[in-house]
Amino acid sequence: MSAMRVLMFGWEFPPYNQGGLGTACEGLVKGLTTQGTDVTLVLPRHQECVIPGCRIISPQFKKIMVSSLLHGYATSEAYDAMWADKGKPSLYGRNLFAEVHRYAAAAQDVVAEEDFDVIHAHDWLTYKAGLAAKKMSGKPLVVHVHATEFDRTGDGAVNQYVYEIEREGMQGADKVITVSEFTKRKVMEQYGVPAAKIEVVHNAVAFNSHDFRDAIALQKQAPLVLFLGRLTLQKGPDYFIQAAKKVLEYAPHVSFAIAGSGDMQGRLMNQVAAWDLSDKISFTGFLRGAAVDRMYQMADLYVMPSVSEPFGITPLEAMRNDVPVLISHQSGVSEVVNHALKINFWDVNDMAAKILAVLEHDVLHSELKRNGKKEVYTFNWNEPARKCMGVYWNVMAGYV
Amino acid sequence: MVSVCFYFQVHQPFRLRPYQIFDIGTGKPYFDESKNKQVMHKVARKCYLPTNNVMLELLRQHPEFKISFSFSGVFLEQAQRYSPEVIRSFQKLIATGQVEVLAETYYHSLCAMYSEEEFKTQVALHAKTVKELFGVTPTVFRNTELIYSNHIASMVEKMGYKGILLEGWDHVLGWRSPNFVYKPVMGEIPLLLKNYKLSDDVAFRFSNKGWKEHPLTVEKFSQWLLNVNGNGDTVNLFMDYETFGEHQWEDTGIFNFLRYLPAELLKHPDTTFAFPSEIAELPVRGELDIPYLLSWADMERDVSAWMGNDMQKSALGKLYELEQQVTRMNDPELLHTWRKLQTSDHFYYMCTKWFNDGDVHKYFSPYESPYDAFIYFMNVFKDMKKGLDTSPMKVEL
Repeated sequence: MSAMRVLMFGWEFPPYNQGGLGTACEGLVKGLTTQGTDVTLVLPRHQECVIPGCRIISPQFKKIMVSSLLHGYATSEAYDAMWADKGKPSLYGRNLFAEVHRYAAAAQDVVAEEDFDVIHAHDWLTYKAGLAAKKMSGKPLVVHVHATEFDRTGDGAVNQYVYEIEREGMQGADKVITVSEFTKRKVMEQYGVPAAKIEVVHNAVAFNSHDFRDAIALQKQAPLVLFLGRLTLQKGPDYFIQAAKKVLEYAPHVSFAIAGSGDMQGRLMNQVAAWDLSDKISFTGFLRGAAVDRMYQMADLYVMPSVSEPFGITPLEAMRNDVPVLISHQSGVSEVVNHALKINFWDVNDMAAKILAVLEHDVLHSELKRNGKKEVYTFNWNEPARKCMGVYWNVMAGYV
Repeated sequence: MVSVCFYFQVHQPFRLRPYQIFDIGTGKPYFDESKNKQVMHKVARKCYLPTNNVMLELLRQHPEFKISFSFSGVFLEQAQRYSPEVIRSFQKLIATGQVEVLAETYYHSLCAMYSEEEFKTQVALHAKTVKELFGVTPTVFRNTELIYSNHIASMVEKMGYKGILLEGWDHVLGWRSPNFVYKPVMGEIPLLLKNYKLSDDVAFRFSNKGWKEHPLTVEKFSQWLLNVNGNGDTVNLFMDYETFGEHQWEDTGIFNFLRYLPAELLKHPDTTFAFPSEIAELPVRGELDIPYLLSWADMERDVSAWMGNDMQKSALGKLYELEQQVTRMNDPELLHTWRKLQTSDHFYYMCTKWFNDGDVHKYFSPYESPYDAFIYFMNVFKDMKKGLDTSPMKVEL
């Protein structure tokens, strides 16, 4: 039997990624190709691919080039703001939804030229492209839910248009993959998808990391607690700074770092300044590549206080870097990780208490670190890729 | 002739509250009164009362039937406080004269490994409580979780006990059988070995549908016991009393199994029932040299469930470091609190090897993770230590 051929629609891919989505996509593609599945990955902008068995093509190929402004985390409002910032001519259309349609239209050109057995679309921006590809080719469509509009907006101002695209994609797909049970429940409750149509495929983590430990050990002064993620409602950085304040009342020698950028950054920095804690809680801005590993390795504890986290790969990255983790129950990763401290994101007292405990008790720190490292090695991308291949076979069988 | 010896362990710890660092110095109580009460009520309803009813029926029906119990002091204390009917029901059983009560540490603690002085005190305290409640004085000893070593045997022998219970683990016995009485290499105290295969058939495997012997009938089980005839003097069936109704739920048929087992065994004239103290009178058939710590827990049968990781070792070490400071204070309430913190369960909850041994640890833990168990324990410890260090009665060591 010849190799299975997947036409995959994504929107970001390392090194040009804004967050965990591109990382997950890359991990999955590597897992699939390692196990003999051919992947043709369609991205909105061109980049080279060094993964054997994977080819990246981008819709600049023909008529329309899709703007790199198109990224998965933007709400329509944020997109408009970004547009205003860049002040570009309206060559690519005025709003995010126009981009989505252009991407979908461009996808049709790909379909006409490519041979494939199954279509796999990652998150709402690509669902229209996926649906168009399915309609044109008659091949089965799998949509992969890494996040829903409810996660991105913290269950707040859900954009109806985004919701409609998500719903349409999930309803029109042959199978829906969610990254956790947490997300599966959301997809069932908010989008009316029956349980039987959903497959949970938890994410994994890659094991290539840069080692700065020796250099860090030399500079090490105060214990450091790290937040790393987009500074948006969804990630709960506001709860993190509240917990930091509480910790500092008990242990003034502790430092906190907030790595990442996002629409809440100004507000957070103002709050920290108002508390007069700017020397204790620092903001690093957005980090990528080796700087991320370095940041993890500097930390004594990684905190992910997400309000609504479909999966959350960062705790696995921290564990891989020998850092104990404290994560919220409101995350998919908490379903699968045992050797972690867990809290409810709103329970600032509990968060502060656990941060203090890890910093105070060396044995707790070392036990979490040792067991976490052991555990994280069980999260290999081959496993989720294998599950996806199972899903492919399943939907393909329905089309024979 | 095979003597069947039943021993059931009855224990409930004083569980700690989720005690946060911010609670230190606030005077918040350490122990989770409502949780402990709730567990006692639940287990009384599901296990203690119904099982005692069956036992009483059996003891009346078969004058030859004998059983033994070991009650931890912390269980007896909580039962008196929350479910006095449970105490009365055990008193009724013991009044039949067909029930023996064993000795153990009052606090179900690990002090045998830390302090001989403390060990003796806790065993004496336990004997006193048993005497007060049940009017009997134990003569055979079982240590917390059957933790045993040559050293523990010699301490217990010096204390005058006429027998000690331990796990009949293959790695220790080699080719030898657990169905005989042994003695330690440097002592004379009779050793009663748990037949773990037959004990665990009931305690762990009874309801396991994946087990090829499922369902376990009294006929089948009796046959296995009788097979010992000719190559054993005794079969020691040692298990948690909570096996009945709590670990194995009523709908598994465990109560019926219990109800019909003695009659089935008594069909065979070669079977008798015996107290541990009677087993200890049987001829000694060999010698066992166990220099390291053996227990009845997990696949390892060692003490790693309580002392296996650094959190456990650190918490235990710090707790026992306080021995002199606490005892010199001469404050019974404080001493009692310090000792309640010694109960082995607190350290069991900190065990991180769950994932190899299945969910046994998880099932019994009131906390979300072993890390939480450690954090709460250490906060309580720090609060107690703070009280000690700032007490006007503080004695400089």
